[in-house]
Amino acid sequence: MATFTTATEAPQVDRTPVGQRDTERDLPTQPDPVMACDDVSIYYGDFRAVTRVSMTFGRNEITALIGPSGCGKSTLLRSLNRMNDLVDGARVAGHVTYHGKNIYDRDVDPIEVRRRIGMVFQKPNPFPKSIYDNIAYGPRAIGMKVSNLDDLVEECLTRAALWDEVKDKLKQSAYGLSGGQQQRLCIARTLAVEPEVILMDEPCSALDPIATARIEDLMAELRRDYTIIIVTHNMQQAARVADRTAFFTALADEGTGNRTGLLVEYDLTSNIFRAPKDKRTEDYISGRFG
Amino acid sequence: MTTTAPSSTSTATRLRTARHGNRSLASVVFLVALWFALAFSVLCLTVLLVDAFLDGMTRLDANLFTRYTSRIQPEAAGARAAILGSAMVIALTALLAIPLGVAAGVYLEEFADPRRWYNKLIEVNLTNLAAVPAIVYGMLTAGLALAIDLPRRVVLSGAIALALLILPVIIIATREAMRAVPREIRDGSLALGATPLQTVWRQTLPSAIPGIATGAILALSRALGEAAPLLLLGGLVFVTYDPNGLMSGFTTLPIQIFNWAQQPQEEFRQAASAAIIVMLVLLLAMNAVAILIRNRYQKRW
Repeated sequence: MATFTTATEAPQVDRTPVGQRDTERDLPTQPDPVMACDDVSIYYGDFRAVTRVSMTFGRNEITALIGPSGCGKSTLLRSLNRMNDLVDGARVAGHVTYHGKNIYDRDVDPIEVRRRIGMVFQKPNPFPKSIYDNIAYGPRAIGMKVSNLDDLVEECLTRAALWDEVKDKLKQSAYGLSGGQQQRLCIARTLAVEPEVILMDEPCSALDPIATARIEDLMAELRRDYTIIIVTHNMQQAARVADRTAFFTALADEGTGNRTGLLVEYDLTSNIFRAPKDKRTEDYISGRFG
Repeated sequence: MTTTAPSSTSTATRLRTARHGNRSLASVVFLVALWFALAFSVLCLTVLLVDAFLDGMTRLDANLFTRYTSRIQPEAAGARAAILGSAMVIALTALLAIPLGVAAGVYLEEFADPRRWYNKLIEVNLTNLAAVPAIVYGMLTAGLALAIDLPRRVVLSGAIALALLILPVIIIATREAMRAVPREIRDGSLALGATPLQTVWRQTLPSAIPGIATGAILALSRALGEAAPLLLLGGLVFVTYDPNGLMSGFTTLPIQIFNWAQQPQEEFRQAASAAIIVMLVLLLAMNAVAILIRNRYQKRW
């Protein structure tokens, strides 16, 4: 089967959970910051979905945001490239900085932010167009200077480990691809506008284990050139792919009973899974709740 | 297998009785009532169609399409001016109503802030406007024509009245077609750095076009059958020339039918029946095209 032959060609990724690995990537204790949240709270109307998060996202690292449902991790992710501007009544307090610039400043164009900070969604969402046009859409829309669009399409599909499977049907509809292929197409599409950061919102939750493994391999590969921030429900996935992991929890407000998201602990993935400092992290990791 | 066989047979028997044997009287009565209602409406329609067809059959020839109406030769009166007039008015109506309606629908669905009071007001008014009687649009147009010094009995006035009539329908159809495009497609486009306008222009609107086309064709077929607003504008009933421009006098099929059916001569009534058949065929064809578009381009997300 084609799926397996291409899988072996892809660079081998260490699939052992971080907690059991003998050798680890050398990571600085403090991440080399590309993005940072500084005292970020996110509101929907009067409801506070995320409370006072401060953390930094390191260059060429994969950062995982984990935690139970309703802990605000997806909301936080969507605030990192101003996608939650599109939600009526959404408001961000505090600073989300990208290269030191607050992306919520008045003089910042959200369109520019989203081009540099790409996003891959939970459900694969290819456009109802051909595979080729799905990749070409972004560069065309933002008026990118491309010397040869065909080459760009090939490069993006190759980087997304999809080229061999689709090179003979570039003009066919993207809807003919499998779910896993569609998701890799969405990643390839994001690469086409040359972002620096890629946000992934539970990118594998709609995929089977084999397709999930391929996306995880791809992420490890992409880490060389991009900074990846991923929200996942799957703790094993965080343990497998992430360099650093942030654990969030949902806290009920005493007055209103509204649940708000809170950053509990943020550390190297190995520390989070092997030696969590907070009791709540330990309980979650060991499956005692959530 | 042998041990389970008897019990599975009895389950099968029970399923059968539940389906046919145990139906209560009330449900049978209700079903009969539904069937009666259906049969009644189909019967009425059939009688009307057969009657029109029998009356009009003798006149359904080339004369109907090539000759003008006549006062002195009722047996040779044709609907040429009415057919051309209808075609011209409907074409102009489409030209006026579709761009305006689609643009308004796109604005309301994609750009308008639904929390603003004026957008809420527009929203409520649109729904109401779609239910306003056609003749009111005739009065509106008559008033407008008076205000801007436009003759009332010309193609342009007729098309304005019909365009106003179907505008709310097209706006609502556009909004519904746009709403059916999933959020993920918009998000995907915006996340790549496309502007909201590009997202509408290159993703949402193209995906919504089959729905918009279906709605627009159905709206136009309603306009085709309307006589009331045009009569109120003082629509001409005796036209023996081809309409040849925006400012030309005109008549349309429904007006011609209305006029012929009032005449005492049997020949005029036959001509009216023949014209009804022509109009029905046109309407059926338009609706068929709408259904075809819907089935052909329907998207499964």
